[in-house]
Order: sequence, then structure tokens, then C-alpha cells
Amino acid sequence: MDALALSRLQFAVTSMFHFIFVPLTLGLSILVAYMESRYVRTADETYLRMTKFWGKLFLINFALGIVTGITMEFQFGMNWAEYSKYVGDIFGAPLAIEATVAFFLESTFIGLWVFGWNKLSKRAHAVSIWLVAVATNLSALWILLANGWMQHPVGYTLRNNRAEMTDFVALVTNSYGWLKFFHTLLSGYVIAAFFVMGISAYHLLKRNDLNFFRRSFRTAATFGLLSSILIFLVGDFHAAEVAKTQPTKFAAMESVWETKQGADYNLIVVPDPANERNSVEAIGIPKLMSFLAFGNAQAEVKGLKEFTPAERPPLLPTFISFRLMIISGVLFVLLTIIAFFASRGDTLDSRTTLLTIMLYALPLPYLAAQFGWIVAEVGRQPWIVYGVLKTSDAVSKAVSPAQVWASLIGFTFLYGFLAVVDIYLLTKTAKKGPDSDLSAIIKTARTQEV
Amino acid sequence: MAFQIIWFVLWGVLWAVYFMLDGFDFGAGMLYNFISADETEKRIVTHTIAPVWNGNEVWLITAGGATFAAFPTTYALMFSYLYSALLLVLFSLIVRGVSLEFREKSDSPAWKKGWDIGIFLGSFLPALLFGVAFGNIFHGLPMDADGYHGSLLSLLNPYGLLTGALFVLLFLVHGAIYLAVKTSGGLAEKAAGLANKIWVVLLVVAVAFLAYTYFATNLYANYFSTYVLLIVPVLAVLSLLAIRLFAAKGQYLKSFFASCLTIVMVTSTGVIGLYPNLIPSSLDPNHSLTIFNSSSSVYTLKIMTVVALIFVPIVIAYQIWTYRVFRQKTTPLDIAAEKESY
Repeated sequence: MDALALSRLQFAVTSMFHFIFVPLTLGLSILVAYMESRYVRTADETYLRMTKFWGKLFLINFALGIVTGITMEFQFGMNWAEYSKYVGDIFGAPLAIEATVAFFLESTFIGLWVFGWNKLSKRAHAVSIWLVAVATNLSALWILLANGWMQHPVGYTLRNNRAEMTDFVALVTNSYGWLKFFHTLLSGYVIAAFFVMGISAYHLLKRNDLNFFRRSFRTAATFGLLSSILIFLVGDFHAAEVAKTQPTKFAAMESVWETKQGADYNLIVVPDPANERNSVEAIGIPKLMSFLAFGNAQAEVKGLKEFTPAERPPLLPTFISFRLMIISGVLFVLLTIIAFFASRGDTLDSRTTLLTIMLYALPLPYLAAQFGWIVAEVGRQPWIVYGVLKTSDAVSKAVSPAQVWASLIGFTFLYGFLAVVDIYLLTKTAKKGPDSDLSAIIKTARTQEV
Repeated sequence: MAFQIIWFVLWGVLWAVYFMLDGFDFGAGMLYNFISADETEKRIVTHTIAPVWNGNEVWLITAGGATFAAFPTTYALMFSYLYSALLLVLFSLIVRGVSLEFREKSDSPAWKKGWDIGIFLGSFLPALLFGVAFGNIFHGLPMDADGYHGSLLSLLNPYGLLTGALFVLLFLVHGAIYLAVKTSGGLAEKAAGLANKIWVVLLVVAVAFLAYTYFATNLYANYFSTYVLLIVPVLAVLSLLAIRLFAAKGQYLKSFFASCLTIVMVTSTGVIGLYPNLIPSSLDPNHSLTIFNSSSSVYTLKIMTVVALIFVPIVIAYQIWTYRVFRQKTTPLDIAAEKESY
């Protein structure tokens, strides 16, 4: 493999690994902050124990999100120097702003939250975790505005052999970036909801600490239901935005070959990329594709044949990932509706089938989020900045294949090791359950008032 | 034109503050295995940096982000030319972070021992490699119209290694004094004793560095043309001496501030000497990366200036507040309380 292929593989490995941890942080920070606020309001000690237990899991995950994030910032320059030179004028700004306005806040207040139990007032302590939650979500906004620009470049002009920013407001109001932001945020909320529901289900099945886990489950089910429904709506807007701005990606997502007006939506499609057609197209809903994409049943949907093969993204990964993401999304809505109503009454812990399903459903939203990123990034190929710069022109010239081999192997080992440690620690902590020694917890929490 | 200079100053400030803050984390991390007599002392040492290292490290992320946004060509070439060295820095920082976060998650001695090695390596390697990298930047990288002609090994030249040693020693003294301030009893005494001893070596290496710099780099040219700038290296030397003077009187907090000032002034001495270069070429000055030929457009620099002027003071304010919240010495009692909460 050449440096380009290796660099792409390395970027895929490191960013997908990073994105195992980020989305849980996005959602769980909010849930933990909510729990602590409830504790401050009601002085109900179950909420304090919930804060501590879910907070512990939050921190294990958070640590890996932080350390793998440094890689992301370094490797634009390391592996994608031509890209960095060409677009740094406009792409560097949101990254630098992210660090300044969000990452500092997140990293400083997490220290205060973890080590400040005895040093801050109850209220200030709860404010710390809320600031962490806000900062994490704000951080995602700037990163996704940066990514949104790569998907749908706006507010720039080509000058001095590079893309120069001409309109900062256009960059920060880029609708593509905002849709992506909400879509990503909500995917993190769904992941966090399934994480909390899954672990709660494990303990409810074992009949551990029923009151604690019923309440955790109920909180997560409510959060999960809202998020699953919203992500569906946002996802729909987002797909429409893709149809408008990235016709090649949209055609690959849906495996559309021929340009058509009033295109049908086929529930079952089997693509045959070698022959530039679909070998199966069944259960078509008339004109639905045109309607979903453009809000107009007669609108024209561009097919892949409209573009030369060199301009098309790899079809199968884009198409399959998109289908799997949509199916998962439907499943999340159904599961959270059932979970929501089941968690209302007092019978939750007797619903063993549902609890077993929720336990095993824990990894699904993680997978859906990874599929989503495959659609977003593979579907954008051959472009690194859609319509502006090809990925093949973006790779560093000074970096040899041997260097990237070495780094790729290094990342694989290091990240593999971290994954093992992370899974070990999360499983151990999750299985152990919340601290039952309330007196110790309360003592630590109370000394803060002295 | 003026905006490039503003960002050059900010670029220097970000690196200087990063080294000042993460420097004591590195120092404490390097000393950690050798200074602590038992498990409680080990936990006291990590506890002195645990609440703040994360926020300190963001100064590096911001320095990187600012380089990207303000001087994209320098960011692109510096990071791709120094690929392997930066990769080692990256891996070390990842290891340091997870070692600090995960060490207390199990009581098994083997588990703790593994992370102890991680804390040492994750502190020592970045300290050394940042020094080596900056030494090579001060000296200039072998680059011309055909690109870069160096390798990981060519970075390990005598001047690069001397700068690496200077950084390691600066951070060791810095970390030792930090521990003298933040701990008590035997541990604090040991830290202070070590700071005094290492300081002597630091002084020797610092003198050698200043002398070697005259021969190996062009850094002094700006000082000879604008004498008033000499105040910066003079302050670096004076604050270096002040570290020892205050430490001898047992005034460790003042000694720590002197050590902070030393790191900021040493970094500034180098950065001022570079001007107007960010990375000089050791082969052909026409291929040096300057703040003018590698910067973003004035429009971008203006936007970033506004963002920096609003948010950097806010960051500084809440970080100072955080240090105030955690201003007390770490005692065995804190360790006991921590065990109960996490």
C-alpha cells in the first residue's frame, strides 16, 4: 500500500476508535449532571449514588476520549499536510476555536468535579459537571462545523493556491454543519441512554439494588425515547441536505444509478456495482425518494451514471452502512417506546425479555454511529473537501509509506491495548454496581458543607 | 502585517504557558517512582497533579490548533517533517494520560506497576522530545525546494539533545519544587533536596546551552540588533538563580513562581530569537518558514484575534480559580477521602 492508502486507513482506525468514546461522553455527561442536580434539589441519596456510579463509568470512558482526541488534532498536519496547507486558512479556525472555547472548559472542570467533592459547595459541584456537559457538546459543535465545511464548503474563495476564508458567518451558520451537529449529538444521547438502560437491565435481571436501577433505567428510557425520535427527524433533514449538496453521496447511499424524476423508494435493493445497476429492486413506494430528498414528489434524483466512475464514492460501504443505520434508527425508536412505557410502572424488573433485549442492545447504537460516519466520510470520496480538493491530493508529501506503516502498527497495538483495558474496566465497574456503603459516600459529600 | 506579529506573540505565549504548566506535571511524573517511599506517597504525588494535568495539556492542543489556524503552512510542514518524533510524543502523552487515570482502578500490584512505568515514560519522553524538537527548530531544519532532508535520527544531533536535556532538567526542577509546595513532611523535604541537587546540573546545562546556541543557531542575531530584547534572556538567567535563592530560604512557593518565570523566559528567549521565522531552514534561508510566508489570510487572523482576546483571558481566569480551589497541600487524609469517593 502507498502512503495515501495507509494514511486513509490510519485516519479511519484512529477516528473510529476515538468515536467509540466521544458519543457516550456527549450523552452520559448530561445524564450524570441531571442526576447530580436532582440530588442537590431533593437531597435524595439515591441520586447521589447514581451520580457516583454512572460518574465512575463516565470517567473511564472520558479518559480515553480525551487521549485519543489529541491524535485527531495532530494527524491533519502529520498525514494530511497538503490538505492542511490548502484549507488551513478556513479549516484551522474552528479547530483552534474548539480548543479555546470548549476543550479548556471541559478539561478544567472535569478536574474540579472529580477532585472537588470536598472543596466545592454542592451547587458549585453540580455546576462543574454541567459545564463539562456543555463544553463537550460545544466541542462537538466546532468539530462538526469543521467537518460540515469539508462536506459542504462555504464562505471561502480559492486564492493564493489555497482556500481562504472570506465569510466566517457563513462557516458558523453552515446548515450542513448544524444538521450534522444535531445528528451526532443525538446519536451520542441514544448511545448513553442504551448504555444506562443496558447496564441497569443487567442488574435488574440479577435483582440487584432494584430501586436504584429502576430509577436509572427510567431516566435513561425517557432520554432515549426523546433522542431516538429527534434523531430520526434530524436524520431525515440531514439526508435531504445531502441530496441537495452532495448528489454523488446521496446516489451511493440509496444505490441510485439512473437519473429519474419522481423516483420511487425501494425497501429492498441489492446493488450490482460491477454492472452499474441493482440486481433487485423490490417493494417500491412510488415517488417517495424524490419526496424525501427534495420535499417534492416530482423532483429529479441524480443517479450515479450521471458522474464518471472516478467521481463516485465506493458504493457498497456507503449503501450498506446507510441501510444498517436506518434500520438501527427504526429499532431504537421501537425499543425506547417499549422501554419508556415499561419503566413507568413498578413491573419493570419482572419484564425479563425486555430487560434481556435491552442488555444485548447496548452495542447497537455504537454500531449505528460508526455506520453513520462511514456514510459521511466514505460517501464523500473521492473528495476530502467536496468538490474542492481530492483526497489523493491531500496526503503529506514528506511522509514515506514506511513511516505510516510504523505509525499504523503502533496505533493498532496501542489502541488495541487501550480497548482491552477500557472494556475490562467498564465491565468490572458496571458489574460491581453502585457503592452500597452509603455512609462513606455521604460523608464525602457532606464534608463539603463544613 | 501587524496581525502576523500578534499571532507570533500568541504562538510563543501558548507554548511558553504549556511548558510552564505541563512542565511540572512532567517533572512530578518523572520523579514519581523515585521519590515516593510507599503507596501512600505515590498516591500523594499523583494526586498533586491529577486535578490539573488535563487542563494543562489543553494548552498544547491550543498551541497546535493556533499553529494550524494562524500559520497553516508551518503546521503542515512541521507536523509532517517531524512525523516520527511527534508520533512518539503523541503515544507518550496518551500513555501518560491513561496511566494517571487508570492506575487507581485496581489494587493489583502488577496493574499498578505497569501504570507506574507508563507515568514515568509518558512524562520523560515528551519532556525530552519537545526539547529535541525545539532545539532543532532553533537550529533550523534541513529543508529546501525539494522538501525535507532529515530523519528521526538526524534530529538527535548534539544541539537537539542538549536542548532536550535542558527541557528535562527544567521540568525536573520545576516538578520537584511543585512537590515541595504541594506536599508535606518527608516527601516535601525529599522533593526540595532533589530540586536543589538537580538545579546545579540544570545550571551547568543552561550555561552550556546558552554558549552552544551562539555557535549552533542564529538566535542571538535579533538580540544584537535590538539590545532591549536582551532583557528576556537576562530575566531567564535571573529567575533561574532565584529558584535556588528562594528554595534555600525554604520559600518554595516563591521558588516555584521563579521556576515558572524561568520556563516562560527560556521559551521566549528562543521564540524571540526565531523571529520572523517559525522554522528556519538550515540549508537555504529562502526556504525558511516565516510568520509572513506561512500565515493565514489577514481576515482569518483578525477573526482568530477577536476569539483569542475574548476567550483566553476567561480561560486564564477559571484556571487560576481552579488552582486556588486546589491550593492546599495534598495529605494522606485526601488520599483516604479519595478512595471513598472514586
